[in-house]
Amino acid sequence: MGDKGKYIGIIMGLTFASLIMTQQPAIFVGLMSRSYSFISDLGLPDIWVMDNKVQFVDDIKPLQDTELYRVRGISGVEWAMPLFKGLLKARLTDGTFQTCNVIGLDDATLIGGPPTMIEGKLDDLRRSDSVIVDIDGATEKLGKPSLIPGGKPIPLKIGDSLELNDRRAIVVGIAKSTRTFQSQPMVYTTYSRAKNYAPVERKLLSFILVKSKQGQDLHELTQRIKQNTGLAAYTQAEFKELTYQYFMHNTGIPINFGISIMLGFIVGAAIAGQTFYNFTLENIRQFGVLKAMGTSNLTLLKMILLQAVLVGSIGYSLGVGLTALFGFATRHTILAFKFPWQLLVFSGAGVSIICIFAALISMIKVLRLEPAIVFKG
Amino acid sequence: MTLAVRCQNLTKTYDTNSQIVTALDGISLDIPMGELMMLVGPSGCGKTTLISVIAGILDQNSGECELFGENLQHLSGKDKLKFRAKNIGFVFQAFNLLPALNAAENVAIPLIINGMNRHLAERKAIELLTQVGLGERWTSLPSQLSGGQQQRVAIARALIHNPRLIVCDEPTSALDHETGLNVMHLLKSVALQKDRSLVIVTHDARIFEFADQVAEMDDGHIINVKKAPLRT
Ligand SMILES: Nc1ncnc2c1ncn2[C@@H]1O[C@H](COP(=O)(O)OP(=O)(O)OP(=O)(O)O)[C@@H](O)[C@H]1O
Ligand SMILES: [Mg+2]
Repeated sequence: MGDKGKYIGIIMGLTFASLIMTQQPAIFVGLMSRSYSFISDLGLPDIWVMDNKVQFVDDIKPLQDTELYRVRGISGVEWAMPLFKGLLKARLTDGTFQTCNVIGLDDATLIGGPPTMIEGKLDDLRRSDSVIVDIDGATEKLGKPSLIPGGKPIPLKIGDSLELNDRRAIVVGIAKSTRTFQSQPMVYTTYSRAKNYAPVERKLLSFILVKSKQGQDLHELTQRIKQNTGLAAYTQAEFKELTYQYFMHNTGIPINFGISIMLGFIVGAAIAGQTFYNFTLENIRQFGVLKAMGTSNLTLLKMILLQAVLVGSIGYSLGVGLTALFGFATRHTILAFKFPWQLLVFSGAGVSIICIFAALISMIKVLRLEPAIVFKG
Repeated sequence: MTLAVRCQNLTKTYDTNSQIVTALDGISLDIPMGELMMLVGPSGCGKTTLISVIAGILDQNSGECELFGENLQHLSGKDKLKFRAKNIGFVFQAFNLLPALNAAENVAIPLIINGMNRHLAERKAIELLTQVGLGERWTSLPSQLSGGQQQRVAIARALIHNPRLIVCDEPTSALDHETGLNVMHLLKSVALQKDRSLVIVTHDARIFEFADQVAEMDDGHIINVKKAPLRT
């Protein structure tokens, strides 16, 4: 019913709402998936064994090395490997210090290594003093100072060296690992070398990675490990869930995102609802004329609903499109962004609620409309 | 003489928050089939209220109003709508065409409301537009038409479904005298039929000559009903 400006206003309100309701959750999902990306990167083991008090993947409560042998002895275990994970200070060539997330892999099998190697081979870790550094760390925090003041750091290369806890470490490879919540560079080395780098302590074993025998029920096996060792044992999915839940419940992240999603919803609903209602008010005489001429309320409601569905689907498509564009534009940046299909359902439901709300207030107005207004000047 | 409209002792009050306004105060009026009845009177005397009750878009407080022997107050909401859709055509002072629809689509609305398919309805609309002299303009939007042309589209819309009663509120007030006369000629020649009556509310003394009867109202009462000179 005419008036392009109003139409565009409604659609923009809905576009805004669906953009916020899709893009913010996408960043949220992306960010939250980073909380457990270290676990996802480690594809091989089925089960993670750790101290009972561990709450999430970065919450390290070391075990004694002897626990490894106890786990190996449990039936249904194909293999069990040690993993060291800890924050250690590295001294860079220019004398500055940088905390690194050092991962120590089983010396023999190197299980738990980075998902992709960019330069060098994982096997190069068998050479003495060798480490592999992740590409983000190598180019940013571990890079050497630029020759020009204020310039980008010079990336760490194969053959460069660092000092970890006063011990020499030589870079033999550059890897790509998925970003985690921790911003420290990832430094991969062998388990025994990691123990040398780490300050001397009685317990240094962070996790025991377990592969189950074929056909072994994983839940049975985790139960068995728990009973036999008194340690915590989780399947990969359970450990992700544990980590994810920790961040959900112990950080402000969900609340912050929840607030911006709510705001997007409310602002979108307010704009779209208001303009849609105004639109109806401005055309109220036409509704009156149709009513006087014998159009049923049901037909008028259908007309309103059709309008709402129309503007809703246009606004939703634009919002989702913009979100996808946003995701595409930021795909190579540090920004977290994940767009599972469930998000489409989520924001679709949100936009639908807004449209139903907008249509509803208009419908009430039209239902109550006295057709006698048609003769008013 | 069969009656199109028979009103007896109609009263209607409006309840505003400050006061109660009596718009109709015991109105009795008969409109014969096939006649053009004009309603005249000072502003605020209740003319619009009366035709709203007659057309079944406003409920009276008391009294009876029968259209073609049917008391609308005895009908269910749904049947009342159907009755209106079938039997009544409306012409307004401000034309009230739907601005987004072209002339033919506007004219077709009553047929579509009565369940005719859109395509056929629009074909009939174009035929009727040709009869009222706008055959060439059926694709025009209301905003592209003059006031007189818009009123002719509105008259076509009021006629298209062959209603038995057409109610018009000040159909010529928004038009200049010449155009107003043309519109009245059209109403009298095309709209008025043996089995169709017209009620026209007007201030415009110059169009009284088109009436078969003129009912004069004041302050919620009918004070005088005059037959046109030619008929008496
Ligand atoms: N919806 C309403 N609410 C309250 N009062 C109303 C309403 N409609 C009409 N009235 C009052 O009822 C009385 C009759 O109004 P009505 O519109 O029928 O007069 P009218 O004869 O058509 O006047 P005009 O020639 O100015 O159009 C007036 O006093 C008017 O103020
Ligand atoms: Mg009036």
